[in-house]
Amino acid sequence: MAGEAQTATAYIQHHLQNMTYGKLPAGYTRADGTVVSESTWTMAHSSQEAADMGFWALHVDTLGWSVGLGLIFCFLFARAAKKARVDKPTGFQSFVELVTEFIDKLVRETFPHRNTMVAPMALTIFVWVFLMNLMDLVPVDWLPQLAAKVSGNEHLFFKVVPTTDPNATLGMALAVFALMIFFSIREKGALGFIKELTLHPFHTGKWFFDILLIPVNFLLEAVSLIAKPISLGLRLFGNLYAGEMIFILIALVFGVGVLGFIGAGLMHMGWAIFHVLVITLQAFVFMVLSTVYMAMAHHRDDEHEHDQ
Amino acid sequence: MNINLTLIGQSIVFLFFIWFCWKFVWPPLLGVMREREQKIANGLADAEHAQKDLKLAKRKAAEQLKEAKDQAGEIIDGANKRANQIVDEAKQAALAEGERLKVAAKAEIDQEVNRAKEQLRSRVAALSVLGAEKILAVNIDARAQDDLIDKLAAEL
Repeated sequence: MAGEAQTATAYIQHHLQNMTYGKLPAGYTRADGTVVSESTWTMAHSSQEAADMGFWALHVDTLGWSVGLGLIFCFLFARAAKKARVDKPTGFQSFVELVTEFIDKLVRETFPHRNTMVAPMALTIFVWVFLMNLMDLVPVDWLPQLAAKVSGNEHLFFKVVPTTDPNATLGMALAVFALMIFFSIREKGALGFIKELTLHPFHTGKWFFDILLIPVNFLLEAVSLIAKPISLGLRLFGNLYAGEMIFILIALVFGVGVLGFIGAGLMHMGWAIFHVLVITLQAFVFMVLSTVYMAMAHHRDDEHEHDQ
Repeated sequence: MNINLTLIGQSIVFLFFIWFCWKFVWPPLLGVMREREQKIANGLADAEHAQKDLKLAKRKAAEQLKEAKDQAGEIIDGANKRANQIVDEAKQAALAEGERLKVAAKAEIDQEVNRAKEQLRSRVAALSVLGAEKILAVNIDARAQDDLIDKLAAEL
């Protein structure tokens, strides 16, 4: 909750700032007025500092939470897989199998090609993104306050939901994009991939017309190709960021008297219940779209000429 | 909200997790699941097979039971017939034996009667001779008078 000294704006801004570790250039004037004599790697003490670090900065909280949650996923699932028995599956194994079966079925339906990596990728995305989204249901002040108490720094920036950081979602989308390019080239060859980018969707069959059409085709195909990862990453980010924002706004209302407290409690509950749906759905959408993009990367146009 | 190195870091982490899941989570899990599916399918097939077998066995058992019953009926009928036959035969034999015994007994009786008659006759002859002796008061030479006596005896 907002401290007495904090204004609502400061509270919100504080909540939306990642813990940033990055490089400050020489001669930079820090938030407390000191001047950095030479370029140094350090923790950002204000949003301005974090912004001024430019590209050479890491969001420690985003990476920490996502890696931690990913390791939890890996550990739990790998242990379940290792312990899995054909006879009498026990509680957690059944759950893991349920999720796996669900993903396997879905991937079979949407991805008709042969690639053993796509289904595990879908499982990883679904569970990992879900876990990261799940952090959104932890009341917005608990973990940051705890971190502040533990570290002794009252102004510690600490964002616990990695998917509200565009770096995380776009980073994942970028990885999906890289896989798309990789599989496209592997399946169709570099030339096939270039052909796909330049000879579609407009294709006359006469080479001199086709050459004229290459720039138009390339523009269209490039835009649609690049739009895929960006929309993929921004969709997840936007949904979770908005959800987080509303939780923060509701958290602000807790401080407004008894009525405000009760009202905020009800609102928080309502939004959290609704949000359970959102986080699952977003994890699902990210997974399905990644799978579909993989299918597109494996898809050969010459097999289905009339599809276009 | 700045785009920075985190982007690349997250991509690498993401690819690592995919690789991990691909190598260590997915294959054993799916293997176990497929194996179980196979096992269940086999089990169901076996059950169906066993049920068919059971049905067949039941039908066969019923047939055999019926056959056995029929056979038993035949055997009992045959035995009854034979028993009747034996009883009849025994009856016949008994009757014949009785008849035979009766005839033998009759013959013996006749013989006895004849023998008694003979004795009686000789006794009567002797008594007659004795009576005649007494009447004549003479000793008749029995031997001389044999013809007479025999005649007398024959008349008796």
